[in-house]
Amino acid sequence: MASFDVMPEVQLYQPVELGDALNLADELGEDGWLLGGGQDTYGWLKDRAKQPTAMIDLNGIEALRGIRDTNDGIEIGAATTLRDIIRDERINRDYSLLAQAANRVASPQIRNVGTLGGNLSQDARCWYYRRGLACYRAGGNTCYADGPEAMNREHAIFDASRCVAVSPSDTATALVALEATMVAESLSGRRIIAAEDFFVGPDTHIEQMTSLDTGEILTAVHIPSKWAGQRFYFEKVADRDVWDFALVSIAVAMSMDGDSIADCRIVCGGVACTPHRLTGVEQAVRGMSLGEQTAEAVAAIASAGAKPLNYNHFKMPLMENLVRRAMRG
Amino acid sequence: MTDEYRLIGKDFVPPDITGKVTGKAMYAEDFKVDGMVFARMYTSPMAHGRVTNIDTSAAEAMDGVVGILTAEDVPEVEAPNAAILTNTPAYIGDPILAVAAETEQIAEDAMAAIRIDIEPLPFVTDPLDSIVEGGANAREEGNVYSRSREGSGFRTVKWTREQVEELRSGNEPKGEYVNEWSYGELGEEFAKAEKIYEEPFVTIGYAHMSMEPRTAMAYWENGKCYVHGSAQSQSFFIPGLARLLGVETKDVCLISENTGGGFGSKIVAYPISALPGWFSKKIGRPVQLRVTREQEYYMGSARVGFQGWIKMGFAADGKITAADVFIVEDIGPNATGGDASSAGGAISLVYDPSALRFRGLPVLTNTTPRGAQRGPGQNQIAAVMAPIMDKAANDLGIDRVEIRKINAAHNDTIVNADRRPVTSAYMREALDQGAEMFDWENRIAQPKRNGSKVRGIGVGQGYHSAGATGFDGLLRITPDGRLHVHSGVGNLGTYSYASTSLAAAEVLKVDYDRLEIHRGNTDNHLPWSSYQAGSVTMFTHTRTNYVAAMDALDKMKRVAADTMGGESDDYDIDGQRVFRIDNQAMGMSYGAIAARAIQLGGIYSGEEYPEDINEITERAVQGIAGSGLVGVGKDNLPQDGVIPGLAVAFCEIELDLETGKYDVLDYVGIAECGTVIHPKGLAQQMKGGAVWGMGMAKSERHVYDPQNGLPANVGYHQCGVPTYLDVPSVTRSDAVNIADPQNPFGARGIGEPAMGCSVAALQSAISDALDGYIFGRTPVSADMVVNHVLGRDQSYLPLQTNNF
Repeated sequence: MASFDVMPEVQLYQPVELGDALNLADELGEDGWLLGGGQDTYGWLKDRAKQPTAMIDLNGIEALRGIRDTNDGIEIGAATTLRDIIRDERINRDYSLLAQAANRVASPQIRNVGTLGGNLSQDARCWYYRRGLACYRAGGNTCYADGPEAMNREHAIFDASRCVAVSPSDTATALVALEATMVAESLSGRRIIAAEDFFVGPDTHIEQMTSLDTGEILTAVHIPSKWAGQRFYFEKVADRDVWDFALVSIAVAMSMDGDSIADCRIVCGGVACTPHRLTGVEQAVRGMSLGEQTAEAVAAIASAGAKPLNYNHFKMPLMENLVRRAMRG
Repeated sequence: MTDEYRLIGKDFVPPDITGKVTGKAMYAEDFKVDGMVFARMYTSPMAHGRVTNIDTSAAEAMDGVVGILTAEDVPEVEAPNAAILTNTPAYIGDPILAVAAETEQIAEDAMAAIRIDIEPLPFVTDPLDSIVEGGANAREEGNVYSRSREGSGFRTVKWTREQVEELRSGNEPKGEYVNEWSYGELGEEFAKAEKIYEEPFVTIGYAHMSMEPRTAMAYWENGKCYVHGSAQSQSFFIPGLARLLGVETKDVCLISENTGGGFGSKIVAYPISALPGWFSKKIGRPVQLRVTREQEYYMGSARVGFQGWIKMGFAADGKITAADVFIVEDIGPNATGGDASSAGGAISLVYDPSALRFRGLPVLTNTTPRGAQRGPGQNQIAAVMAPIMDKAANDLGIDRVEIRKINAAHNDTIVNADRRPVTSAYMREALDQGAEMFDWENRIAQPKRNGSKVRGIGVGQGYHSAGATGFDGLLRITPDGRLHVHSGVGNLGTYSYASTSLAAAEVLKVDYDRLEIHRGNTDNHLPWSSYQAGSVTMFTHTRTNYVAAMDALDKMKRVAADTMGGESDDYDIDGQRVFRIDNQAMGMSYGAIAARAIQLGGIYSGEEYPEDINEITERAVQGIAGSGLVGVGKDNLPQDGVIPGLAVAFCEIELDLETGKYDVLDYVGIAECGTVIHPKGLAQQMKGGAVWGMGMAKSERHVYDPQNGLPANVGYHQCGVPTYLDVPSVTRSDAVNIADPQNPFGARGIGEPAMGCSVAALQSAISDALDGYIFGRTPVSADMVVNHVLGRDQSYLPLQTNNF
């Protein structure tokens, strides 16, 4: 078994215009690798587990950076760093759910260079897959994490389909809760994709985590004003306070009508291959007021339908507890 | 008490600090020489197997590939010992061959072109899965390997399923074991107990996590092998390295000026450190073998894992009457460890039961090779014992600190099966000092529950033997009047090579800025020094440098008498002069004394030296002979009994019952290591130990898939090492600072207990937060807490190891 850690030779393209990047993405197709902050890139390449022939560095494209007001909310360039999102006044005022989620991504060092687009587009973190094993997601014909003795404490309890990896992105849960839309551009034009549809499970495409097609670049994220300034709750439970991916996380956006919950979106991370909406809980809490009574009434709905693996049944009560905490107010 | 000293007990700036903080410090990987080629290793993809075919033809045909090294090119090693390269790999990551090329990239390209066929053999990752009837053996020769003075060898030990289930259920094991020792009348002492507790336990054997992988570069000149390596010890590394290279110790030069962590995994020469030497000999060029982070986790060793059972008896007054402990230890594929018996020794010293029985079963697994890791055995059992002590205290109505004081080691404590004395021990004083600093009484009186959060208050104790004798000291004073201490102590980052050198300067009344320390390279004429491990350096090398300094002092007075008349007793030293006591104006500077010593020759300048010094010291003396006044000697100072390094810790945690997460809010550590030699160095040891203990208690893990023997933990991220945001930004520490009578300066070591007390205190605090519940496991992760609080089963089997 070889062990690799030297960066292999790849062509490096550093476009400064989006059009040039789109041309390169189209031209290079699957041989081209889109480079943001690099935090999900260099490991793959240095391990030779992924072997693209070229990298398209998106960091020089000014249009992909920054946080802008729009007619209906804000637009965040996909190459905007997580640090810039965490420190942005507008986001902290109106969409603090995203700032909170971004602030729990990995570590301060990674947030300094990691981008929103990269955090949303990162690949599955299943340790078997990352070791380069020929699992379903890697084009093989088995799932190592779903065996009778497999070490699957961090894997999915919902919506598994051959692959049991979970969505690792912290910002994804917040953006699904906020009803964000993703802007994907290619030479064929621009697609606006609802955040919920942006993330795809293994039943849709087992080798992809997002609905981005080859040649497409995630250029921006829109957050609508619908949830601006509403009530939010975010919590991430991970083994360590930094660096680790969520065992379970929860992102909640709520609009209130007096003491009652008028509308709400509740999304869990770390439990399914995509950000997992708790639609049952959402329906149950509408019209109810925040408090211990509501928390106890709806908590058990959170894990309904879960199919835990050998080592992750704890995610069920943990989900329920996070819903309790969100609903106590 | 250190006011009597000029340097001892005072902070100073060790000479290698500047390099560390500016990035100029050179590590093994930083050295390049002309003609050097780059080697990379191909390691086993199987947990256990037999190589049946190696095809390197495609690799060898590549431009820039210089050579291939296989097991046929290096000495064969008898199982279960680790070989430099092997054709019978016993774990995933076991090195099979190496390729050398003009560049690293070519070496990696060549690696990808190599084809190796391996016939799979049975494997096992959990000791209990091996000893159960029908379970696989990690080695074809057997599943148990016992090392002892009486003889070492393989055994095949199998228990019935019922016997294994009994152990998993927390009952006394009835299966076969191979190691045993005891003292006292166990049955009689248990009969005296008011309370008896039986607890099962498992401690995960996680990786050493050295930041510097064990990269090495080697070349040969005139039959001598020069090795730039990553070593904890300096001189102590040489004999093993020479054996691995098949040469005499005089034909090895080790350059290891800085080491980026070893933590027990680089104490003595390890097989891979000799690979570049063999490769260089084969191809006739210098070879740098760079070990990747992933490979460091495969082969860089891990702590011995414990699965066991303990029975403790407590009298009504809190005195421990008896302890009975049975430990199945995971000794990996190479039968390395020995932690279990050390755990028994720690119970004997720290808790002083009137009777103690230890039984052990060392079981081979196809996992990372095991090795000593900070407090090997002592720190695992510290974690196990702390909540049991708490339980007894609570049941008997005794304060939790008080019950530890009742059983604490003191100057009259006798320990182990051979009932040896201790040199000195002030555990009670440490507990008192820590309780006051932590404000124990007030803290335990505070309300515990606040919503879903609950506070836990913990106290823990750590111990490791902390000293050795019989090593050599060497120094010289040169005609410029400077003191040169030659130290064969390694530089693991503790700065103890520098702290112990102060001993010589103290005796000779030399200012720190007149002291030069020679180290880090065999060619710097380094004496035979102890292993830089086991908390021994401070005790051991304050003694050796004292011995060398006293020898120098005697010679300086004799040189003065020879030059200025009278007897040597007529002379004294100060201000870097030797002068007549009755006429201080009549004297010689140290520089003049050194110049005169060179003229006199013989014993004065190192042409003659004591017969009992080690051959490595002999060569060092020969190397500096004639360059000044030489002080040299073997540490034959009196020494009797166990030299204990002791520490206690107190901590407060806040545990969330709904998420299972807990944070350490406050931490106090107290060292009981005799005289404090270097306050900042000690504070760093206490801080580092605290963090490491928190990692062991909370998050550090060792994960193997039992289906294929594949390790999950091949990087810092997966291993769960705590980050600076996972521990308190401030930890507090202090020291008892009472001199040990068997060291000229009163010093003992502290490295390992500084961690043991931390993991124990945290386990104690977790148990306190959960109303006395004992997980009997490290680490305690969030999912375990959530499951426990809700009364749900845990995911793992009882005593299952190498899992999340």
